[in-house]
Amino acid sequence: MSKTMIVIGAGLAGLSAALAAAAKGHRVKLVSPMPSERAQSVMAEGGINAALDTKGENDNPAEHFRDTVTAGAGLSDPGAVRELTEAAPAIVRRLLALGVQFNMDARNEPDLRNFGGQRKKRTAFARCDTGKQIMTALIDAVRRYEAAGLVERYSRHSFITLATDGPTCRGALIRDERTTQNIPLAGDAVIIAAGGMHGLFGNTTGSVGNTGEVTAELFRLGIPVANGEFIQYHPTTVNCPGRQMLISEAARGEGGRLFAMRDGKRWYFMEDKYPEAGNLMPRDIVSREVWEQNKYSRVYLDLTALPADVLRQKLSGTVDDCLTCLRLDPRREPIPVTPGIHYFMGGILVDRRHRTALKNLYAAGECCCQYHGANRLGGNSLLGAIHGGTVAAETAMEEAASDQPANDIPLTAPVHETPPHVLDELQRIMRSSLGVERDGTGLAAGLAEVKELPGNLPLLGRALLMSALAREESRGAHIRTDFPVRNDPEYCKLTVARFHGTEIEVCFESVPETREAL
Amino acid sequence: MTFIIKIKRCRGTESPAYRQSFSYDGGGNTSVAAVLKELNRRRPLLDTDGSPAPPIDWECGCFARKCGACAMRINGRPQLACSAFLSEMNDRTITLEPLGKFPVVSDLTVDRSCMFESLKQIRLWLEEDACGGERTHEERYQAARCLMCGCCLEICPNFSPEGNFAGAAAAVAAFRILDQTPYTEHWEEIAARYKKLYFEGCGKSLACHDICPAGLPVEELIVRSNAAAVWKK
Repeated sequence: MSKTMIVIGAGLAGLSAALAAAAKGHRVKLVSPMPSERAQSVMAEGGINAALDTKGENDNPAEHFRDTVTAGAGLSDPGAVRELTEAAPAIVRRLLALGVQFNMDARNEPDLRNFGGQRKKRTAFARCDTGKQIMTALIDAVRRYEAAGLVERYSRHSFITLATDGPTCRGALIRDERTTQNIPLAGDAVIIAAGGMHGLFGNTTGSVGNTGEVTAELFRLGIPVANGEFIQYHPTTVNCPGRQMLISEAARGEGGRLFAMRDGKRWYFMEDKYPEAGNLMPRDIVSREVWEQNKYSRVYLDLTALPADVLRQKLSGTVDDCLTCLRLDPRREPIPVTPGIHYFMGGILVDRRHRTALKNLYAAGECCCQYHGANRLGGNSLLGAIHGGTVAAETAMEEAASDQPANDIPLTAPVHETPPHVLDELQRIMRSSLGVERDGTGLAAGLAEVKELPGNLPLLGRALLMSALAREESRGAHIRTDFPVRNDPEYCKLTVARFHGTEIEVCFESVPETREAL
Repeated sequence: MTFIIKIKRCRGTESPAYRQSFSYDGGGNTSVAAVLKELNRRRPLLDTDGSPAPPIDWECGCFARKCGACAMRINGRPQLACSAFLSEMNDRTITLEPLGKFPVVSDLTVDRSCMFESLKQIRLWLEEDACGGERTHEERYQAARCLMCGCCLEICPNFSPEGNFAGAAAAVAAFRILDQTPYTEHWEEIAARYKKLYFEGCGKSLACHDICPAGLPVEELIVRSNAAAVWKK
């Protein structure tokens, strides 16, 4: 029987879910404040990981699995990662069939590049705008179902709240931003694919469209948020007026080198300190090192020794961005870099099938906490978004059902918006409390300030700060200067924050261990 | 350096347009998008007369030339606010207006939904696995970079949202799909619709080629679409 899916968010995870459902004949209501072309997914640059083994390196999904869980420092669900990494080669093949213009090698196989935290070439790419190229193809694919009437787009609509019936989700209330009319949507399932919590911080490498408001509203409704303290700082960003500009990891994958100045000389600190992988250590480690070196010297990313054809065929976007936005020619001079907030490993708590705590409610993509543990590998976010969206839709098609009519969803909801001046304040506090390095004093001070701020976003901000405060150890992207050591007996667990209507509770829950655990 | 940012404003479809100026100190690598962001962070936002002004409505996403949201007319030229820099401005007064071809929603935000409708009308999607050889890989890659920002339609002498001419953005997408679609009924259908909704309406001014903020080889892609769909080459 045909079901109705409400998908909140039209980026990669949302499109993937919509496509999976529509291809099986289900109806999709695709809700987003802006068209898919404007989603953050188009900003993804470096590539998508899959053990395609086209480079004669004897790669396989088991190694992709191992690299992913190793980078995740004990916090990723091994069963979910196993499925993700096993699905990856077929996902890339399918993207090729959907018309994605990956860089191809001489044998007409997808070219693969090196990426951080992975010993083998495993990252398929389309120059330096892989996300954009994938999105173009998925938008085409979904357009077919729009024309067929199966996918109905609600562009320029924003999510207000869920319609719930006790522990069951049965729809959503959305607002037409043009007419400001509220519209109730009833459905068998709601799939949240609203992106990361960038809006809590401002000036990240992400899109300003990823405000975190959807996650914040879900959190207010009692849906748990996990691992909020695990925020990925990308090691190579540039502070520009109004934004943080990303220099793709592909730049290091293709041979770019990081250095700091020491005694008037270039010191290639990553290569000295980590001879095994050098500039391509996982992002948590590179960011920590760049952060550390930045205390004494500016840190530079040097691409000047890269061959001209590599720069042209594989990094053209990076070169262009530097020329246009920094007035700097990376072919001739090194780029000054600093770590910047890039990705949220934490988010809405989901199980291996992307179910949330609420029946008929699912979450996928950066808004959910899945696959990446304490630190995400570059190249795994596009993969996680596509796979997660598909899994969420498949689970929903199997099990979600609502017999509720649309006409009894309340048309109004209490307003929990965060006023603009409060948002400024929140972003300032979050940025200063949750840097690459944090400590108890700074987190407690930030928490005291955020507690005074009204609205949903500060509530979610509190959950992140409390999670960071509760985790008295250092692991992955969470580096506590007052607790510098990883403490597996106590903290090899998920940090789960729940709002009970008045108070936020943070507790530690076991990571699912095996495929059978759920 | 002090700039005067003069903005054509309109508070909703029924309201009359007016101009309001703001003062901004800065320069160098600051983009117009960064200026707008900064203005909207002012509490309160005051215009050059000292009168309080409502926040400026404009669309933005990536700030990185990747999403096409922030297209507007800057000193009369359609471009992306995120990649128009103060250091490039010849004048200390910068005029910002919404794209004029599309219905204004409010201030600098316009409704570009007709662009997305056009792609649907031409039935631009694949129904079978993508085909297409190495030879045109570069052109397909370039075509897939299209931001759907609307600058090409803004500058086009033949396009109006009420008419049925789809404009360059559709021609660019059509190349990609035609090039990857086997010769089937669906291919024929796209070609026929392309001819009607693009080819017959295009006056070949090629203003679209010069204006494209993503630097797509628009002319070449159009030539290829025409060759395939119309001249069957």
